[in-house]
Amino acid sequence: MNILWLQSAGCGGCTMSLLCAENPNVIELLEGAGLSFLWHPSLSIESGAQVRKILNDVESGEQPLDILCIEGSIVRGPNGTGKYHVLAGTGRSMLDWVQSLSKKARHVVAVGTCATYGGVTSAGENPSDAVGVQYEGAHRGGALPADFTSVSGLPVINVAGCPTHPDWVTETLLLLAEDALGEDQLDGYGRPKFYADNLVHHACPKNEFYEYKASATKLSEIGCMMEHLGCVGTQAVGDCNIRGWNGEGSCTRAGYPCINCTAPEFEEPGHAFTETPKFAGIPVGLPSDMPKAWFMALASLSKAATPRRIEVNATSDRITVPPSLKAPKS
Amino acid sequence: MTETSLLVGPFNRVEGDLEIRLDVTDGKVSAAYTNSPLFRGFERILLGKPPTEALTITPRICGICSISQSAAAARALADAAGATPAPEGEKTAALLHAVENLADHVTHFNMFFMPDFARPDYAGKPWHDRAVDRFTAAQGSALRVAMDARARLLHIVGLLGGKWPHTLAIQPGGVTRAPTMRDKVRISADLTAFRRYLEQQLFGGSVEEFEALTTVDALADWGRGDVALFMEIARDLDLAHSGQGAGRYLSFGAYPLPNGPIWQAGTWTNGIEGPLDTSGIAEDISHAWMLGDAAHPSQGMTVPDVDMSADAYSWCKAPRLNGLGYETGALARQVVDGHPLARDLAKQGGVLARVGGRLLEIARTQIAMESILADIDPKAPFMDRAKLPANGEGMGLVEAARGSLGHWIRIENGAIASYQIIAPTTWNFSPRDAGGTPGPVEAALVGAPVREGEETPLSVQHIVRSFDPCMVCTVH
Repeated sequence: MNILWLQSAGCGGCTMSLLCAENPNVIELLEGAGLSFLWHPSLSIESGAQVRKILNDVESGEQPLDILCIEGSIVRGPNGTGKYHVLAGTGRSMLDWVQSLSKKARHVVAVGTCATYGGVTSAGENPSDAVGVQYEGAHRGGALPADFTSVSGLPVINVAGCPTHPDWVTETLLLLAEDALGEDQLDGYGRPKFYADNLVHHACPKNEFYEYKASATKLSEIGCMMEHLGCVGTQAVGDCNIRGWNGEGSCTRAGYPCINCTAPEFEEPGHAFTETPKFAGIPVGLPSDMPKAWFMALASLSKAATPRRIEVNATSDRITVPPSLKAPKS
Repeated sequence: MTETSLLVGPFNRVEGDLEIRLDVTDGKVSAAYTNSPLFRGFERILLGKPPTEALTITPRICGICSISQSAAAARALADAAGATPAPEGEKTAALLHAVENLADHVTHFNMFFMPDFARPDYAGKPWHDRAVDRFTAAQGSALRVAMDARARLLHIVGLLGGKWPHTLAIQPGGVTRAPTMRDKVRISADLTAFRRYLEQQLFGGSVEEFEALTTVDALADWGRGDVALFMEIARDLDLAHSGQGAGRYLSFGAYPLPNGPIWQAGTWTNGIEGPLDTSGIAEDISHAWMLGDAAHPSQGMTVPDVDMSADAYSWCKAPRLNGLGYETGALARQVVDGHPLARDLAKQGGVLARVGGRLLEIARTQIAMESILADIDPKAPFMDRAKLPANGEGMGLVEAARGSLGHWIRIENGAIASYQIIAPTTWNFSPRDAGGTPGPVEAALVGAPVREGEETPLSVQHIVRSFDPCMVCTVH
């Protein structure tokens, strides 16, 4: 299968992340699955006129296209013209190109939260009037209509994340190559379930702190960041702490909160990213699927039961009290 | 006399979207106009938000300079707060930043710049078969090894910063994670692995030996690794005299540490050293689709001209220092710092000099990172508190892989009232200013040969990529 990759209005970070794929690297991973880039802006040799020919051939139907990957949001401004992003050398807006080429692709994959839902490019006053390929924030219907399906019959596949984990992208492509990614394998926002059915909370190294609501009060303290520091790992989808990023990393492992970057409208949480909004001293957001009364009851009980080790460590910048060791049996 | 005009784009193997219009006279570029065709408006996105939001939002300007943006934001906030980071936090932030810059340089050489020499256009050249073997786009043996080495190097960011790109680990007061001694030995192992890659593949010799080179002649005689292949190509294609710049270089100084930066800040203008005085910076917008007047970034505005008036041809503003354009990047950084090889390369100031400067900096960065790491004390605190004022101003200056990056913030009533950013490629790829003076790349392209029938001239591609443009940062 071939892949045409377009970089629309984003930072290019999902490609940079993709190049961090390991064991094997992205070139060998795709080669092994019979996938190849018809053109990729960071990897391919073709430049300028050669690229225009590829795009024109896909548009005319002369060049069949299996997978269209779109990275970055689609800008509609100013005044609906899309001229805030003219694809270099073509005189046409990226909005126009995306709408046109999407019709020709067997599958359309939106890579990253800009492409899926608008993302950071649509934050604040959204100066460029940016949207996702098939969503505007949490609402279906973006650069492409709500009912769009590609030639395969699938809607746009939304590999959300800011940036995307390299494996989320490569595994989506591998599943498409195997013809093994049906609509039932996408969640309610079009995200592949293989990563979106997990929460960032899963395998978070701060789980023991969470169990007792032993909270960090400032960045650099190692306690749970849900109560004070804006962490929404208990609500955010992603297997970040199960897989690890760039080796063994993740946001919470590095001591800063999960900001729900796989979700529509994460860019405007309605509060500072590193502060938890509270009502009467109680965090407003609840862990997914947790009834409020139970959460409150369990939280107050577990807080009261917090062992000293966990309480002290929560507000330290490293483990200061180690777990007690059992005495020898004899 | 024959005259034609060419529109070159999409320009790939650069970061982001770039279009260049060329006037060609008698087989040579007679004028070039660089257009950054994407406007997202990050400076407007930030308005009205709490100042700390810049730490989350500005890294997302750019997926390849993400830590640079993060570090500049953190320093601008620290400046506004009148705070200095915890010394160990500052060292750790410098290490994180150096990893990104080093990874970017290696990505540029292997994946963006060298593949052009594997083009069939160069078939028959004595070096072409080797270029094809090593650097064929998305396939060459050098690319594969470099990709693996780069991914492993970025494990350091995974460990200290959670992920790359877009970490939130760097804060005005330091870093969010205090590394342990175990982390240090792990990072040391990653650095050793990267050194092995550099010494076995890229340089074919020790980084210390490469750093000790003092002249272009010695570089030409290096004779080992992929560097030797590049130098052979450079000699054959006369890349020394291709895309020569104006000889004005700018650096904000790289990797601030408690005892000062590793590489000094300043300017270097055709042999004359000067101090860095940012008060002389102004962004001209005469040829940008922007409304307003030329202004220092602390007073600047970003108001896009939705009518895209005809005098302008880019979303990029034109930063000038005391009225002059400056080239910035690895070569500039090393020239300003005074490395003898860089100073010798600056006498040419062309494609060979820029790529040579980057190679030199790769060697020096590896050595610098090992020394920063060795100096980190895991027992010390890594974060001090920086209390932001309700009203105030701050400036954050760093050196990204591609050169000088500045953030200027003004805080009013606890919210961002102004945020202006000048990125390295804003300097290098600026359009003309009010005096009609072209930006550095526009000037460097004049004289580039265009062969009969070429629509996307190879000489132009080499020159443009030698600057390693990052277009997403440029307009932001």
